[in-house]
Amino acid sequence: MKYLGITLERPKIGIFDFTGCEGCQLQIANNEASLKDLFGLVEIVNFREISSERRDDYEIAFVEGSITTDSETARLKKIRKQAKILVAMGACACSGGVNNLRSRFSLPETIKEVYGEHHIDSGPVRKLKDIVPVDIELPGCPVSKNEFEWLVRNLVLGITPQFPTYPVCVECKQRLNSCVVDMGMICLGPITRGGCNAVCPRNRFGCWGCRGPSDEVNFESLMEIHIKRGFSEEQVVERINFFNTFSGIFK
Amino acid sequence: MKIKIDRPINIEIKHMTRVEGHGDIKIRVENGKLAECVWKIVETPRFFEVMFKGLPIEMAPILASRICGICSISHALASARAIENAMQIEIPEAAQKARVLAKHAETLQSHTLHLFFLIAPDFLNALSVIHVIKSNQRLVELAAMIKGFANNASDLFAGRTTHPVVIKIGGLTQVPRKKQLRELAKDLNVTIPYLWEALDVFKKFELPDFTRETEFVSLKGGDCYPFIGGDLVSSDGVRKKEDEYLAMTNEYLVDFSTSKFTRLSRESFAVGALARFSNNYDLLHPKAKEVAGMLNIKPGDFNPFFHNLAQLVECFHVIYESKDMIAELIDSDTSEFSIPYKPEQCEGVGVVEAPRGILYHYYRLNKDGKIEEADCVIPTSQNHANIYYDLQSFVEKLIAQGKGEEEIGHLAQMLVRAYDPCISCSVH
Repeated sequence: MKYLGITLERPKIGIFDFTGCEGCQLQIANNEASLKDLFGLVEIVNFREISSERRDDYEIAFVEGSITTDSETARLKKIRKQAKILVAMGACACSGGVNNLRSRFSLPETIKEVYGEHHIDSGPVRKLKDIVPVDIELPGCPVSKNEFEWLVRNLVLGITPQFPTYPVCVECKQRLNSCVVDMGMICLGPITRGGCNAVCPRNRFGCWGCRGPSDEVNFESLMEIHIKRGFSEEQVVERINFFNTFSGIFK
Repeated sequence: MKIKIDRPINIEIKHMTRVEGHGDIKIRVENGKLAECVWKIVETPRFFEVMFKGLPIEMAPILASRICGICSISHALASARAIENAMQIEIPEAAQKARVLAKHAETLQSHTLHLFFLIAPDFLNALSVIHVIKSNQRLVELAAMIKGFANNASDLFAGRTTHPVVIKIGGLTQVPRKKQLRELAKDLNVTIPYLWEALDVFKKFELPDFTRETEFVSLKGGDCYPFIGGDLVSSDGVRKKEDEYLAMTNEYLVDFSTSKFTRLSRESFAVGALARFSNNYDLLHPKAKEVAGMLNIKPGDFNPFFHNLAQLVECFHVIYESKDMIAELIDSDTSEFSIPYKPEQCEGVGVVEAPRGILYHYYRLNKDGKIEEADCVIPTSQNHANIYYDLQSFVEKLIAQGKGEEEIGHLAQMLVRAYDPCISCSVH
């Protein structure tokens, strides 16, 4: 591919999935208008959900889902060995996502609840970087299709992507939305990093923090504005813990 | 003298492609006889029933949508409906209509994804839609335009295509403004001819000839083709109320699958577009019936590959019905789209027709509005047993026809794909 007389690399990419809903990789196929352009910009050599071509000469791996079994661990390590760049795609891969909600219960208790005495192979929920080094984390549940394409453009041009670190509130104000906290909802917008174009508050729905923390997180003020409006501390904490994206910084 | 040589056949397909989730196929033929034929579900479980426990009910539809990346709108709707049924509240009419329209948008985008991206490459001798761009660019353009419309409609009625944000207990966070509805109606009119053009392509696909009689389970529509709530019905004559769902599903465990299997009147049953079509044919939009006639598909047809034809028929049904419903919504009062509620100790079931078939959510709540118990029965888990028995019968037929290893492997995958399985969802 040539751009202003310069030949651009057409990197080979692979898209892989582990324990999750496959909604993130679906976003890639969901950008109909630019799908053809995307297929021109990169060579997709491994994308099981939509293609029967399966080659292992990929340079960039996009990996969705959490790791919950030994065979998944082995498969992830193999992908890491091959890929020059490994991108954790979505909340399940970056932080364990909603999968972590089951970690409130013991594993034997969990298996018994769903399968009784039946043998099931499953272990604790782990994010990708618990197992292998991760080069880039593409946040969100699901990831934003525009942000995915922005990331691909950066990688093709050899630019280190700079994700927004400002809070969702910035984009929410830019879109002239009414504040959902003032409308009586819990919203994690003040502590969650932007880049989603405030899709949830835009639809009168408070932020759930799926993209993880912004650069300056003030849990005390967040709690204060919600308690002032009649919510309990427990309600706000439940929300912060939902996607497990604040684990490590929120106790 | 002619000597017949029965070469052994050993097919092992790991993580089959162009389906959602992880499933394996294993086929072994010895001395010309089928020795082993398994549809193996190897997806890792996420234990959603456990995740729900202890959460406040407001979180249920949000968590439920994460069961599936394709039919997240259906999961959110089944979840909200189960809790609304439990608390015996009825949501405002505008919200009911907007929810059906969100559902239609999801059905159209899910069916389009399956028909154009996942199965069309099989009929066009291509490995994927990426390869189809080179050989049949127009088909990919049509897919992009139809799916693009469906995604825009999902964004409008559900807030987002994947993992909706407007569906909440008691109704919706908002309904689209009239101006947005009028714009969408224009887009819809532009999209309809693309669907007819695509029909001409799909009409020419030659589907494998295979029939195994089965039982069709779906919702039964009253005055319209069913998508949200209603009676549960089977083509073998079983009819139950929404909250008697366990009598329809009868889940059981098998040692080669992390998904549960189900049965009703016989060894297996089928859910999905073909079951809905067969059980509710009379309620289809006239244009959809016209398409069914052109595709030569009738209620009571059991060829599993016809599942894809029924999906195509449903694409027409949902787009024409959306047209009428958007017009109704433009002319009606949409100022009420949510009602308040008070949590109490109760239990309830919500049933919807997800793109891949009938979907059940059950919750038991305590007086503080926390979930004590949850149960989800997924369309694909109800189809697994049917796929399993179909596969055996189909492969036996292919062996009798003298087909070789490669062709049997290819056709076996096509059979599984015809069901549009959503495997992650079935294991959840």
